Amino acid sequence: MREPLIPMIGVVTNIRVDTPDVKTFRVVGLDGKKPFLHIPGQCAMLSIPGVGEALFSITSSPTEEAFLEFSIKKCGCVTEWLHAMEPGQQVTIRGPYGNGFPVNTDFAGKDLLFIAGGIGLAPLHSVINYCRAHRANYGNIDIVYGSRSKADLVDFEEILNVWCKEDGINVHLTIDNAQPDWDGHVGFVPNYVKELNPDTKKTVVMCGPPIMIKFTLAGLMDLGFDRTNIYTTMELKMKCALGKCGRCNIGNKYVCKDGPVFRFDQLDELPDEY
Amino acid sequence: MKKIAISELNSLFAAIAADRKLYIPTDDSTGQSQFTIWEEGSILSRNVNTVRSAKDSFFPQVENLMGFKVTGKQIELIETRDPAESFAVFGVRACDVRSFDILDRVFLTEPVDTYYAQRRENVCIISLACGKPSETCFCTAFGIDPAEPKGDVTCWMTGEALYWQPNTEKGEALTAQLSVLVDADVADIEQEKAAIRATAEKLPFGKLDLSAFGQGKTKELFNRPEWKALSQSCLGCGTCTFICPTCQCYDIQEFNNGKTVKRFRCWDSCMYSDFTKMSAGQPRPTQTERFRQRFMHKLVYYPDNNEGIFACVGCGRCLRKCPIHMNIVKVIKTMGEGTK
Repeated sequence: MREPLIPMIGVVTNIRVDTPDVKTFRVVGLDGKKPFLHIPGQCAMLSIPGVGEALFSITSSPTEEAFLEFSIKKCGCVTEWLHAMEPGQQVTIRGPYGNGFPVNTDFAGKDLLFIAGGIGLAPLHSVINYCRAHRANYGNIDIVYGSRSKADLVDFEEILNVWCKEDGINVHLTIDNAQPDWDGHVGFVPNYVKELNPDTKKTVVMCGPPIMIKFTLAGLMDLGFDRTNIYTTMELKMKCALGKCGRCNIGNKYVCKDGPVFRFDQLDELPDEY
Repeated sequence: MKKIAISELNSLFAAIAADRKLYIPTDDSTGQSQFTIWEEGSILSRNVNTVRSAKDSFFPQVENLMGFKVTGKQIELIETRDPAESFAVFGVRACDVRSFDILDRVFLTEPVDTYYAQRRENVCIISLACGKPSETCFCTAFGIDPAEPKGDVTCWMTGEALYWQPNTEKGEALTAQLSVLVDADVADIEQEKAAIRATAEKLPFGKLDLSAFGQGKTKELFNRPEWKALSQSCLGCGTCTFICPTCQCYDIQEFNNGKTVKRFRCWDSCMYSDFTKMSAGQPRPTQTERFRQRFMHKLVYYPDNNEGIFACVGCGRCLRKCPIHMNIVKVIKTMGEGTK
């Protein structure tokens, strides 16, 4: 019987600097291949033995066949270590964990509105590129993405050179404060979403800091969106990622196993403890 | 049904221990009992229950999961799993036996925890009916019969003899090895069972009203004001979680000795602030939220996910050991009163 807590060894083959505190790590197995298959929104446990293990959402799309990528913000013990390492470093990896987004069921045929703030783009990146790869299965794609400054936009190059240039995809970028080399929108994400006044038939996929989620959700409600049509992905402290160690529950749901993707009508049924 | 004279107990234990480790409850110097490995001279405790539950047998407080050797940028995985060995635990009370079912539903559901599963497969549980349930016992509130514990073997102790009834294949196999046992009549223990049930009937908390709890009660209970007062004196020491037979939360930590890194798991407690604290925030910032989590988990969330089964077996350990005399009975009574 395979023990789910025992990880496999992976190799970090490439490290891309995205922002002053976000790097994207490309991981393959010791055989040089993608460690495992996943669906958009699922997560994996990465660790450096001696430092610790932590859960990260998989940033790359399942349609990327050669590797897994993780966009990771420096904010704690494990992430500081990851940020300090060099390509060729081995790590341990286990997964995939969680339910992922319903890309082949609820999202199929729908117009999609992605709303992200800061590092919140990381889990949505996987979904967006999956939808781009299966373009015929989805309607229009709108992406509203905001960060503190231009330098804090994660994976700005791909957004600008790939997403912005594709038919049927509208990218709306915003930064918190005006700066000289920025001629785009300035302001917070929740207000920008209201200004854009999106069609309420769109299916919304949202991820970002709690304060952004709170106000954006309120704005979407004002616009007449239905909570059964708004998805988000949650993050709580985890150790096992198998629904057994007992710490990532919100009421009777474990974020690692029953989530991390929830609709807001599902979250409404759970206690307000996240 | 088999039996052996109480004066011959030592030969029974020796026979069981002939080809496996045997754990029995023994008293320490302070008169409190713990499950310890039987050896010649061990004396069976007569206490109703051990300080710590029998869950230690398959879910030890600390357990090595794996090791790593880190050389430069290379990582080598080292398997450190203990070899499988058969063992038996004698003297498990009805409450602890039920707790194994509660833990099994966590560890043995997919993906199966193989460390736990390995020990669980290799154990023979020899349960023992409670001669005299204690005032802190309330297993009957959860439908547990202290006169009929369900192990691989069920034992009853009267003044003169230990009666032995195998219930499972494992129990039958063990029984076949024990020539020290002699045939007995099932009728011999009816009086003992009746006496135990008569005592249980009079337990002060035996008829605890659980109707306020169970599946689907989150909305009614989560924001109740009583949580604040109930949790006010809680020290967050975690004693209740460590002695609880159904508490299963664990942490994964590492020990780096400079040559290899050992990754081990150890019991953790939802009563500790570190339990949910992460760099991105703390969803349970005060002891009130942590206290509420513990009881909501046992009385609502677990039943929600397990066909209404409560994750409490009424063993009463938390009633005896909490330094501020807070316990699940007070929670059940207080919250139950509030819903009437």
